[in-house]
Amino acid sequence: MGLPEIFFYYFAIMAVVTAGFAVTRPNPVYSVLFLVACFFHVAGLFVLLGAEFLAALQILVQAGALMVLYLFVVFLFNLSEAKTARIVHRQAGFAGIVSLILVALMVIFSVQGVFRGPFRELVRPQTTDNVSYVAGALFTDFLLPFELASLVLLVVLFGAIVLGKREEGE
Amino acid sequence: MENVLLYLLVFTLKVAAIITLALGGTTFMIWVERKGAARIQNRSGPLYVGPWGLFQPIADGIKLFLKEDIFPTCADKVLFFIAPLICFAPSLMTFAVIPVGPHVQIADINIGIIYILAISSLGIFGIVMGGWSSNNKYSLLGGLRSAAQMISYEITLGLSVVGVVVFAGSLSLNDIVMAQAGSWFLGIPKWFVIPQILGFALFLVSMFAETNRLPFDLPEAEHELVGGYFTEYSSIQWGLFMMGEYVAMISISCVMVTLFLGGWLPLPWIGPLVEGLLPAGFVLYVMPVVWFLSKVAFFMFLFVWVRWTIPRLRYDQLMALGWKVLIPLALLNVIIAGVLKTFQIV
Repeated sequence: MGLPEIFFYYFAIMAVVTAGFAVTRPNPVYSVLFLVACFFHVAGLFVLLGAEFLAALQILVQAGALMVLYLFVVFLFNLSEAKTARIVHRQAGFAGIVSLILVALMVIFSVQGVFRGPFRELVRPQTTDNVSYVAGALFTDFLLPFELASLVLLVVLFGAIVLGKREEGE
Repeated sequence: MENVLLYLLVFTLKVAAIITLALGGTTFMIWVERKGAARIQNRSGPLYVGPWGLFQPIADGIKLFLKEDIFPTCADKVLFFIAPLICFAPSLMTFAVIPVGPHVQIADINIGIIYILAISSLGIFGIVMGGWSSNNKYSLLGGLRSAAQMISYEITLGLSVVGVVVFAGSLSLNDIVMAQAGSWFLGIPKWFVIPQILGFALFLVSMFAETNRLPFDLPEAEHELVGGYFTEYSSIQWGLFMMGEYVAMISISCVMVTLFLGGWLPLPWIGPLVEGLLPAGFVLYVMPVVWFLSKVAFFMFLFVWVRWTIPRLRYDQLMALGWKVLIPLALLNVIIAGVLKTFQIV
């Protein structure tokens, strides 16, 4: 087992473990922080695959910006109430079924050998650098999904403004 | 095998040199700040420890190490302990990619500038965690303010960098420095500060906000919040928060110099004049570091100068400035950069 494999197993196992902690901690502040740790380990996996641009964006956008917003919201909760909230509630059954299907699919794919192959095979073609490859893909093959995603974000933004806006005399 | 060892040795030396530069600079900056404050506001400043009070920061550091760590009874002990570490570490990590000279850089990664933005966006976790885990309303308010402030100004910071990236055509800090070599006419250097003067101004403003310095030090506004997020902290844990602020100031000044002021490149007309008098090896290896550090020193002085002359903004003014003025200007700057680059005007 070479060095990349050791790192791969470290990042993969830690990503799963921290994700597990993120959903099971009763205190939402710890949940958010474990989720940040999870993002870091996923970013580590990206680096191992040679996608350092994605890794940096993962940390910049997910860990750096989004999670701070989450923390912001969590702080405004009534924490004493959140601590006594039940972790298992009505959605548990449905969520369990969906997760089981996902796990089953992953096992089936693994057995069929979809994920098999030498370690660094998922990487981009070596001719271009990371950034131009991502940009090229985004602005040619995936232009429509990219624009649609930005439209969805814009709609969400409008929604937030409408909800947050105060009426006259309120 | 020997090659690996040699590589490791050189690498370790580089890391040690740059960290020494950062931490030594921090100690020196604390002295400069206090002396500058004294000069600007007509006070005394450190006088007695060492010549001109130079050893005062070291004495303060020893004092902080020897003091007792106090944990508030109702604090979240784990988070309270790691918050200062999380605040301090990212500001030191940015030094890994900054080219101090042509041969003095720990790692030249091809996404250097994004790495810096990503890492520096993490320091905020330390502040927010410290504010929350203290279980104190002033700390929590300080933490919340800093979260809102740093997220708002990070957008401007990121957008003002886009212009430079457009001009250099690369995200690597080394390439950005090399793209600024040469001069236009009359010995005006080809630094990005000239075509990107708006970007430079935006970066300058948001740099003060990101380091929580006056006039944007709302997270620790002592008139309103006692000490802000570190109200409950004492001893070296408080010291780490404070040193983190100074290291962040140094690192963001280094980024500023690299992006807009030609990094380790000298002024086109002063460079050859001075370097002609010096031995070749010295010019090759030492002079770039000297040019770089003197530019950084200017910004460090600017931090002190601004802190002791400009009053603090009110919180709503801060948010209005960030969202209604700076972000639209930053978007405009991206368009300007695109137009200038597309039509080859500069």
